[in-house]
Amino acid sequence: MKKSRIGSWIYIVLCMIFLYAPILVLIVFSFNESKSRAFFTGFTFKWYQQLFENELIMTSLFNSLLIALLASVISAVVGTMAAVGISKFGKRARGVIMNVTYLPVLNPEIVTGISMMLLFVYFKNLFGFRLGFGTVLVAHITFCLPYVILNVLPKLRQMDQSLFEAALDLGCNPLLAFFKVVIPQIMPGITAGFLMAFTISLDDFVVTYFTSGSGFKMLPVTIYSMVKKKVNPQINALSTIIFLIVLALLVIMNVVEARRAKRLKQN
Amino acid sequence: MKAKSKFAAVPYLVWMLIFILVPLGMVIFFGFTTTGGEFTFDNFTGIVKYAHVFWKSIYLSVIATLICLVLGFPLGFLMSRMSEVGQRTMLMLIMLPMWMSFLLRTYGWMTLLENEGLINKFLELFGIGPFTMINTQGAVVLGMVYNYLPFAIMPLHSIMVKIDKSVIEAAQDLGANGFHVLIKVLIPLSIPGIITAITMVFVPSVSTFIISRMLGGGQNMLIGDLIEQQFLGSVYNPNVGSSMSLILMVIILIIMGIINHFDDEEMEGMLV
Amino acid sequence: MKKLFAVSLTAALLAGTCAMAAGCGNGAGGNGDGGTLSVYNWGEYIADGTDGSMDAIAEIEERLGCSIIYDLYSTNEEMFTKIQSGAVDYDVIVPSDYMISRMIDADMLAELNFDNIPNAANLMERFQKTDYDPEGKYSVPYTWGTVGLIYNTTMVEEDPDSWNALWDERYDGKIFMFSNSRDAFGIALKLLGYSQNTTDEAQIREAADLLKKQKDVLQAYVMDEIFDKMEIGEGAVAPYYAGDAVTMISENPDLAYVLPKEGSNVFIDAMCVTKDSPNKELAEKFINEMCSTDIGLANIEKICYSTPLQNVYDALDEDTKQNPIIYPDDETLSRCESFINLPDETNTLVQDLWNEIIAE
Repeated sequence: MKKSRIGSWIYIVLCMIFLYAPILVLIVFSFNESKSRAFFTGFTFKWYQQLFENELIMTSLFNSLLIALLASVISAVVGTMAAVGISKFGKRARGVIMNVTYLPVLNPEIVTGISMMLLFVYFKNLFGFRLGFGTVLVAHITFCLPYVILNVLPKLRQMDQSLFEAALDLGCNPLLAFFKVVIPQIMPGITAGFLMAFTISLDDFVVTYFTSGSGFKMLPVTIYSMVKKKVNPQINALSTIIFLIVLALLVIMNVVEARRAKRLKQN
Repeated sequence: MKAKSKFAAVPYLVWMLIFILVPLGMVIFFGFTTTGGEFTFDNFTGIVKYAHVFWKSIYLSVIATLICLVLGFPLGFLMSRMSEVGQRTMLMLIMLPMWMSFLLRTYGWMTLLENEGLINKFLELFGIGPFTMINTQGAVVLGMVYNYLPFAIMPLHSIMVKIDKSVIEAAQDLGANGFHVLIKVLIPLSIPGIITAITMVFVPSVSTFIISRMLGGGQNMLIGDLIEQQFLGSVYNPNVGSSMSLILMVIILIIMGIINHFDDEEMEGMLV
Repeated sequence: MKKLFAVSLTAALLAGTCAMAAGCGNGAGGNGDGGTLSVYNWGEYIADGTDGSMDAIAEIEERLGCSIIYDLYSTNEEMFTKIQSGAVDYDVIVPSDYMISRMIDADMLAELNFDNIPNAANLMERFQKTDYDPEGKYSVPYTWGTVGLIYNTTMVEEDPDSWNALWDERYDGKIFMFSNSRDAFGIALKLLGYSQNTTDEAQIREAADLLKKQKDVLQAYVMDEIFDKMEIGEGAVAPYYAGDAVTMISENPDLAYVLPKEGSNVFIDAMCVTKDSPNKELAEKFINEMCSTDIGLANIEKICYSTPLQNVYDALDEDTKQNPIIYPDDETLSRCESFINLPDETNTLVQDLWNEIIAE
């Protein structure tokens, strides 16, 4: 028994090494004075300084955050409305709608990307606009919406219908009853969908690559074009910063979650 | 009220019509037409010469999927037997790399795998190597496994949490050895998780074009690369590109159909 | 309470980003009165402010009072496809010779108004009218150069003088190759003793077979990734452009450059304006600035390519002018051939064969 326990820990540690080795290497070499990727020649912060002075990366980061925020907020609103509506449809209609909703989730990203590019280029020739902010936002909303709907629908199903009816009986108008009674009950679903949409949008490369046109820079596409050029340790510095932010966010989320679970138990 | 609230879905339905169904319709239209817009099957017959690219993509993704299952299954099981805090910490550790751009993580592997990279430098200390690792098929599979392993671990873990300890103990009491417990109890009970894991690793692997480009040295072309080439690469040919995309979709549908044959559960589990 | 918090947080975030967007909108076009220009150039092909060079784009933005979007491509074919797809819009592009005539034929380039480009008068005689643009109406040459072999003197057994070094089994796994069809086929055709501009299907197929055979010893098809690969000793032999070879040699003195005996390609990359550009005049002014002595010199000193501009050449230091890699003698140049645009069916054939090669 004991032997197998040691074995399991070794296995877990090996898996973790596999998952973290490339990240660790990126972090360590972000402080490397020379551009070498195999030898550590001295400690420096200069790549970080250059990174913050790099207008292209900073603009791309800003654009990515802006698009992620707008796309996830809009999808949260439209998606919640849609979920409420869909839950009222008959079984067959709902089935059809849900199948379409699953399409962007199940379709390979590259197919979503090229299909949208075809549409946007067609629109462009009709109306004469450029691919950029607008097309990226539309594309991101499109692949974010399903995640909101798929998170909200189960919550609506679990919801106690009688509460809504009770609110109506007590003289609430339907809209007020919706905001006072329904929204609080499905809020966890909306939040989960919003967060999922935000992170997926922030990290998306493929669809953005096909829809962002020439002038509008998003962080993943910028990283891709940097990777194709000469090695630039600013990439390592960027990785380190992103890693630290993600780490901090995850730790905070887990602490909050753990506290809430504890409180629930005490009650 | 009931009837009226249906209308809340209208903006979404319109949106999906314009931005999902119409674009897919365009892919189908382009796939079956010439550049002049006449109906044709030539795009599809022309792809025959790339059949080996399709085979290679499927072959490499199947290997990557199997490795992910083999690596992820024990990890998912070990995690499911941990305390709640332990499970949460492990999930966090596995999620964490996924939140970083996959381009950056793959770039990390590029530097590790080089002939003059850290792994070879490390092996050199023991007098082994150097091995050619970067720009090989193996490197492409490694990139797939690395990027999509968490997608396999998570559904496996979440299904195995539900397997009661007493079931395993009962099997052991009845004289089953470890191997039998695995074959007769653990795997059958984890089928839905395994299926989700397969889907979540296979679909992105078979359609990737970045991993093969970054780790495959431009000579390990996959379906994704081939499609990308038709739109933004070496020659603009949306018709051939669209028909390739359609074939890719059909391949995925067929494979998912085969897998789902083993399981009738709804797909909603895949987002857990 | 929690809901209120969530709502106000979202509102604050939205307001913040909108404000930032507005601020940034002004910021990006800090001198945005002159409009926005989109430039599409090769990677590693301009003075970008690193290593003490001038930041040419920032400097031109300053001079013209406009803001510039500067994007990169790695092959002529990639640039051509993206423009043709309609997904991107660029005003200024820098194709190579054969691609320029292809784009002229496809009616994708605008005729330039040389009143806006007075600095073009500095072009050396032989660059004013060229084979690909016989009347010199569509393009202003930016650089020229040859294609040759870059090799690591510590990794090869003897100094190569032929393209067949790229097929040499002794360097198995340490050979890199061009990741674009025209350059790759050009080398194979030269090695076979044919013209790089052949339209003979049998010759092209023979070259394709040779390229397929090369995959046994090849590590990867690359473009600008080659800089690092050669500089850190990943590769023993690779073909690339002369100017970049000079850059690599300055980073790693073990490297050397040779123009193979079978002959090679001499290319001209020239600045053009796209047909649909709404900023044609601004684009021409941009080209004019690129031909000015100071910016032209900064670019050439940074990228080490050969300049077609007399004013820039005169301003170069003696060492550079004497460097045989950058400014080869007439005998060497006589072994080189320029690419010309091929007929459509040949282009299709080459592209199909190329896809087969890299897909195999």
